[in-house]
Amino acid sequence: MKNYIAVFFCLIVSYGFSQDCTYTLQGKIIDFHDGSIIEGATVYLKNTQKFTATNATGKFSFTNLCESSYVLVISHIGCKTMEREINLKTDFYGTFTLEHHSEELEEVTVVGKSTSKKSNSLAEARLSKKTLERYSSGSLGDALKEVSGVSSINTGNAIVKPMIHGLHSSRIVIVNNGVRLQDQEWGIEHAPNVDINSAESISVIKGAGALAYASDAVGGAIVLNAKKPVLVDSLYGKTLMGFQDNGRAYNISSSLTKNYANGWFFQTNGSYKRFGDYKAPDYYLTNTGSESYAFSLEGGFKSFERGWNIFVSSVHNEIGILRASHIGAIQDLVNAINAPEPLIQDEFSYQINFPKQEVNHLILKAQYYQRFESLGKLTVQYDFQENNRLEFDRRRGDNRFKPAVDLNLTTHSFTSDFLFDSNNDWKIKTGGLFRFQKNFPDPATEVRRLIPDYNKVEVGFYTTVKHQFSDNWSFDAGFRYDFAFNNVKKFYLTSRWETLGYDVLFPHLIIRDEGTQVLVNPKLTFHNVAFSAGAVHNLTDTEKILVNYTYAKRPPNISELFSDGLHHAAARIELGDLQFEPESSNRFSLSYQVQKNKFSLEADGYVNSINNYIFLMPTGAEQTIRGSFPVWNYRQVNAIFAGIDLSTEFLFSDNWKYTMRTSYIYGQDKKNNIPIIDMPPFQIRNSIGYTNKKWSNFSSTIESEWIGKQTRFPNFNFLQYIPELDREVLVDISTPPNAYHLVHLRNSINLNWFTKTNTKLSFNIQNIFNTSYRNYLNRLRYFANEVGRTFQIQLKITY
Amino acid sequence: MKHMTKLLAIIFTITVLSACSDNDPDVINEEELITTLRVTLTPQVGGSAITLEYQDLDGDGPNEPVVSVSGDLRSNTVYDGSIEVLNETEDPAEDITAEIREEDEEHQFFFSLAPEIGSITYDDEDSNNNPIGLSFEMTTISPFATPVSGTLVITLRHEPNKTATGVQDGDITNAGGETDISATFTVTIDNPR
Repeated sequence: MKNYIAVFFCLIVSYGFSQDCTYTLQGKIIDFHDGSIIEGATVYLKNTQKFTATNATGKFSFTNLCESSYVLVISHIGCKTMEREINLKTDFYGTFTLEHHSEELEEVTVVGKSTSKKSNSLAEARLSKKTLERYSSGSLGDALKEVSGVSSINTGNAIVKPMIHGLHSSRIVIVNNGVRLQDQEWGIEHAPNVDINSAESISVIKGAGALAYASDAVGGAIVLNAKKPVLVDSLYGKTLMGFQDNGRAYNISSSLTKNYANGWFFQTNGSYKRFGDYKAPDYYLTNTGSESYAFSLEGGFKSFERGWNIFVSSVHNEIGILRASHIGAIQDLVNAINAPEPLIQDEFSYQINFPKQEVNHLILKAQYYQRFESLGKLTVQYDFQENNRLEFDRRRGDNRFKPAVDLNLTTHSFTSDFLFDSNNDWKIKTGGLFRFQKNFPDPATEVRRLIPDYNKVEVGFYTTVKHQFSDNWSFDAGFRYDFAFNNVKKFYLTSRWETLGYDVLFPHLIIRDEGTQVLVNPKLTFHNVAFSAGAVHNLTDTEKILVNYTYAKRPPNISELFSDGLHHAAARIELGDLQFEPESSNRFSLSYQVQKNKFSLEADGYVNSINNYIFLMPTGAEQTIRGSFPVWNYRQVNAIFAGIDLSTEFLFSDNWKYTMRTSYIYGQDKKNNIPIIDMPPFQIRNSIGYTNKKWSNFSSTIESEWIGKQTRFPNFNFLQYIPELDREVLVDISTPPNAYHLVHLRNSINLNWFTKTNTKLSFNIQNIFNTSYRNYLNRLRYFANEVGRTFQIQLKITY
Repeated sequence: MKHMTKLLAIIFTITVLSACSDNDPDVINEEELITTLRVTLTPQVGGSAITLEYQDLDGDGPNEPVVSVSGDLRSNTVYDGSIEVLNETEDPAEDITAEIREEDEEHQFFFSLAPEIGSITYDDEDSNNNPIGLSFEMTTISPFATPVSGTLVITLRHEPNKTATGVQDGDITNAGGETDISATFTVTIDNPR
């Protein structure tokens, strides 16, 4: 978690053979931290007059070289100039990783040649700056779909939650610049409050093995890496501007970085996005506009021996919820499902009406590190987070403008770790956590609290070990223990308390009786143990195998424990269970990776057996004055998840590139012997790209996205008597929508308008054929089609 | 290890403090909650009124609504119907009818009466001359034999599309909106001819 401070240095991994003065020396330069391509690095052959710079794909080339020993000098902004000797005996191609400083070596476990990883033996993917820039106007969940095995569960178009191997929400930890995000992440309609424009790169760790972050992330971890300061006097910045026709959206994002050679640094980032109503191919999706702004500031001092930094980040999101999806009772849902088009449609508008969400998230972080000679490095960190979530509903009378949900979640975390790195073959990291969290649901809403008042105290410690056994074998292991104490105060309807049988089971929890409601004070304690072990074996210079086993536990979240009422948007009554045990996951994974000059492949297979897996299932119906509602209870079952992710890239020539990503997942409830709900269907994405650096780095990519129909789903359809119709109706909430195929086009070109700035223009078309489709993993799929064809234009200026 | 002991000491202090220093949260009695639908049917020719009541005091809670019908209808009679909507968890009960009247353009009652009982027409209008349904007229038929029973379904929609086809005539099919009340009564015509 100290990966935000760093320095550059250069490392070379290469080899060669022999001939006359006709040899070429070629290479590619990538960032050590995130594997992203480094454009514009200067490459110089010492004692010759030969200079070059890397192109947009990070490549450089020297021709007509003799059989000789050359000294390659590589420099890049903020990088200490580095020299490497190459004994040229044949045409040479090598990948060079630029690195900040030797200090960085202990911060990330280096596996293989060109990747820096957060974990050792777990499959991990990284989204580079370049990819993130493409999603500048989008959300974290949109961008992460670039990774095979990662999908998303959506509520409309703007609320996109990442899903790793079929698991989401509380089962995934999101770390933003070293801070574990605490933002009511348990809810499906609660998108992570981060601005992807502030991230330099994003790492996705598939599986729970990254124990330095958490023990309860049974699905995996998403780590947003901040830009690392460099110890060189420099000032640079970037501005991205975009516009798209669908939603008439515009966005701007700007960042500025100032570094000093003496160790001080300062960086800032701001962004603004505005969307109006999206349009499906045949109609406007009324009230799907949104407005977001984000700001972050980081500054500090760094040296090899010690350093500190302070980070402030504020994110604001206001998101409209599709008007037609607001329903009051089951007959409204039946009407919506049966209607071919949304029942409420209007002209285009930027207006964000009710229902809507308004979320503010603030992070303050302070970190200090100190290095001890021949021992290692100590890092201590304090971070504070405040998340305020307002949800506005269609209400009556005086309460019309009051939010229906007003949750204020404040979190204080102290973390500390020590890295023992004096022995090159053994890296040991040990750390601890103390966290205090308070949730305050504001009673001013005059709506019964969705999430109760609670205080939570967490204490944890962990140790991870990595051992480089030989050139071809490395092993890792980790252990983590977390303790959590929840002090909860919640009002239950007396009738609910009794129906759930709690009056018999927990009569002692009642601290006040208000007649129709009782105030209860459960104090819940959870002990969480996790451990992980794995190995990486290099089969050849270009192929390796990763094996990992992880055992992890996740305590039930606050909604799984305490839900007790009507979920309006879903037209169902959702009931939690105070007696839940933590989920425990046994996960085994095996990855095979090939990394050649023109060909790369990664195959990740996994089996995740989760005992006490918590999910919602229908159990009956209840009659209220609004009509009859199905009752969905949270249940615990033993479940199994297995799947495979495959991604490959092939370079036909310098200009043409083919990529393919696909994934399949199998999820089964072993108790009821039915499939697990909301599993991503089989999907495959193919793309062919053409790049020509002679044409101002022109690049064009056509992508085909095929998402199958999910055939494995639990049938939770039910018959409902609708009094207005005076008959029973089948409410089909289970049948997944049909398969769909989308085609997208992406183009970009560099415009050399000014000498000191780089300007890049991109033009994209999403869903070229304006295909109408619905997405199984969108909770609003009952109400409307997905977004239609979208033209996007983006201008990027770096200076 | 020394640090760990210290840390644990701090943690336990905070745990203990956090466990007892907090004030208890205040109870929320939802003002907007609708617990009761009360329909009064008064014969135009005079006579005693009939009251139909649909009461669900625990709102979205598990208890079933309590349905009561104070008496039987008479055949071939025109009734003036009026609706009251209440929140009886408050004391005194909050009258939500007034709120509906204030926001009449956003509300509409729909009636579905078994044809063997009779028919219902609206007797009120919002400012756009669209029906509301707080007042209505119910006309019973003359059955071949008495008693005869049938259902009366009363639905309150919040923000329906009042201009959609058939909605002004009381057809709920295209109304859309959000259901606030859906109450079913069994009514009986039983009277000396």
